[in-house]
Amino acid sequence: MSAPPDIAGFFRRVAAMVRKEFIQLRRDRVTFATMIAIPLLQLILFGYAINTTPRHLPTAVLVHENTAASRAILAALKNTAFFSLTHEPADDAEAEHLIRGGDVLFLVEIPAGFERALRRGETPQLLVAADATDPVASGNALGALSGVVSSALARERFVDAAGTAPFEIVQHRRYNPAGTSQLNIVPGLLGTILTMTMLIFTALSVTRETERGTMESLLSMPIHPVEIMLGKIIPYVLVGVMQGVLILGAGMILFSVPLEGSLLLLSAGTLLFITANLATGYTFSTLAQNQLQAVQMTFMYFLPNILLSGFMFPFAGMPVWAQWISECLPLTHYLRMVRGILLKNAGFADLQSDIAILAVLMLVSMGIAVARFRQTLD
Amino acid sequence: MTAAGAFAPPEVAISVEGLSKKFGDRLVVDNLTMSVRRGQIYGFLGPNGSGKTTTIRMLCGLLTPDAGHGTCLGLDIRTQSREIRKHVGYMTQKFSLYTDLSVRENLEFVARLYGVPRPEDAAQQALVRLGLEGRGRQLAGELSGGWKQRLALGACILPAPQLLLLDEPTAGVDPQARREFWAQIHDLAAEGLTVLVSTHYMDEAERCHEIAYIAYGHLLARGTVAEVVAGSGLVTYVVDVARDGRDPGAVIAALSKALSGNPAVKMVAPFGISLHVSGHDADALEAAIAPFRAQEGLSWRRETATLEDVFIDLMMRSQDMLR
Repeated sequence: MSAPPDIAGFFRRVAAMVRKEFIQLRRDRVTFATMIAIPLLQLILFGYAINTTPRHLPTAVLVHENTAASRAILAALKNTAFFSLTHEPADDAEAEHLIRGGDVLFLVEIPAGFERALRRGETPQLLVAADATDPVASGNALGALSGVVSSALARERFVDAAGTAPFEIVQHRRYNPAGTSQLNIVPGLLGTILTMTMLIFTALSVTRETERGTMESLLSMPIHPVEIMLGKIIPYVLVGVMQGVLILGAGMILFSVPLEGSLLLLSAGTLLFITANLATGYTFSTLAQNQLQAVQMTFMYFLPNILLSGFMFPFAGMPVWAQWISECLPLTHYLRMVRGILLKNAGFADLQSDIAILAVLMLVSMGIAVARFRQTLD
Repeated sequence: MTAAGAFAPPEVAISVEGLSKKFGDRLVVDNLTMSVRRGQIYGFLGPNGSGKTTTIRMLCGLLTPDAGHGTCLGLDIRTQSREIRKHVGYMTQKFSLYTDLSVRENLEFVARLYGVPRPEDAAQQALVRLGLEGRGRQLAGELSGGWKQRLALGACILPAPQLLLLDEPTAGVDPQARREFWAQIHDLAAEGLTVLVSTHYMDEAERCHEIAYIAYGHLLARGTVAEVVAGSGLVTYVVDVARDGRDPGAVIAALSKALSGNPAVKMVAPFGISLHVSGHDADALEAAIAPFRAQEGLSWRRETATLEDVFIDLMMRSQDMLR
């Protein structure tokens, strides 16, 4: 006795739902402001305030001889923007005190007889102690150190400039030769902000109706759960697109983030990612009893996204089990995609596995959401 | 005018048999059988937690019954609930329109969901009918209780349903608004709409064509008000206290205390300066009150039990029965 599929009715009801959600969204000024403020605020904070290749790090130098070689090394250190020679301790004890107390991040010690040993080819030791409690802060500077020193000594002809120096280190940072962290941060932010906002908004959408009692009324009307879901997701797809344009636009203007690859591919991938997140948020919404629970679930899910997706810490550095978890998160795949398209001119062929996994994750969460959504109050 | 118009409703709007619903271990509705004819206003009465809301939700497909079967507008409540929803207007106990949408937006939303042609016009007509023309742009959440209730009813009848299910629609509404509300319900019923309305108010029960009383999930009585009163077998005496200088409250309290210990007296309830004394066995009740009939300053008369007396009696009996 089931009636023929009512296509026109389907679109009519989804459209009615979308319209209603938009009106509510427009009325909710705080939420609306958050949608614009979150991306801009985050972008500016991360872009300007947070820098993973910090410079002018306080450094103490303990020099036991005043020679041309030692002067050359110190001058070279000063010339790199990484180090700022702030302290000249008198002895080992004072130097130790400085680094332990956090007054300096680096301690460079040039031992007595360094230049003489160098002339004799005895490979003397230049001691560098780094406060590695924050590896992000010290890592880049430390990496730069040996290169700086060897080229300084080569210039002063203490070592063979022809390249026979045993400790010259070639550093070649691909895609981001200047080590500008914004180039990495902006694509990452695009993914995390979209995850955060999309999840929160849909996670609240069903629980809000349940809490306010409007769900009972809605369910008693002739509308199918799939229609309700689509009606609630579609407005936020547009919000997500708006946020994406905002973040990328600001990233390009403020931080000169390039777009090496295809804009079309980027848009399509972003749309897929937005929908996957909305579906996940909607699933939370059907699982949670109230809005508070929905927010808690969102944060539970958001945390591993931030930590394991490769946004904060390099994916390659994680243990295998963590990488497996990471592979299940839409953000991981989206970050690869965005960084690939923006910075490396990656094409569809390079990214197809990420796109495929993203699509699967989206369909799975949509399936769960529809299965979980109760058409009755049972 | 609407899709619902093409749907020919059967003479019996609601017919259910043996309906039961459990929440966990608690049996909320137990083996409920009822039928409501088309065009009737059917009152659904019972104490809080008696299963009224649960029954209404089962009728419109919001809850699945654990046992029993039945039809609503000739459609099976188990298998055709989607179809039922198109022809039923359900007004929830709590205001359940969108408080952050305007009055007009709420009405348009409902019109669109039901596929009413030209939803803007339909909403406009509803606004006029409800006397809400001036308030179309006001947010629904800002309306007072009476207006909210009026809007909720307006939204329910906008898609031209065949059956209205109203769950305590007049709770917290002032007497004038209640009176207008009931006038509207009677107009709708005269047009052929069937109305099932749950309420706590006795005066409202008396406005219904037929009533059913349920308590603790059991249907205890049904019929017209006169039938229910007659069927209760309750004998009631009303005692009026003369205004002779003594404190009438103290007289009533003393009398009430003296009578309530007697097993023949089932119920003693004060109403102002009179007292209702009821029992089931007329002779035994007569004997019980005999010692007080001669008391000075009291005038006794036998009267038909009020609906409230009947309901309270039913409730007490059902409590005894279930214990």
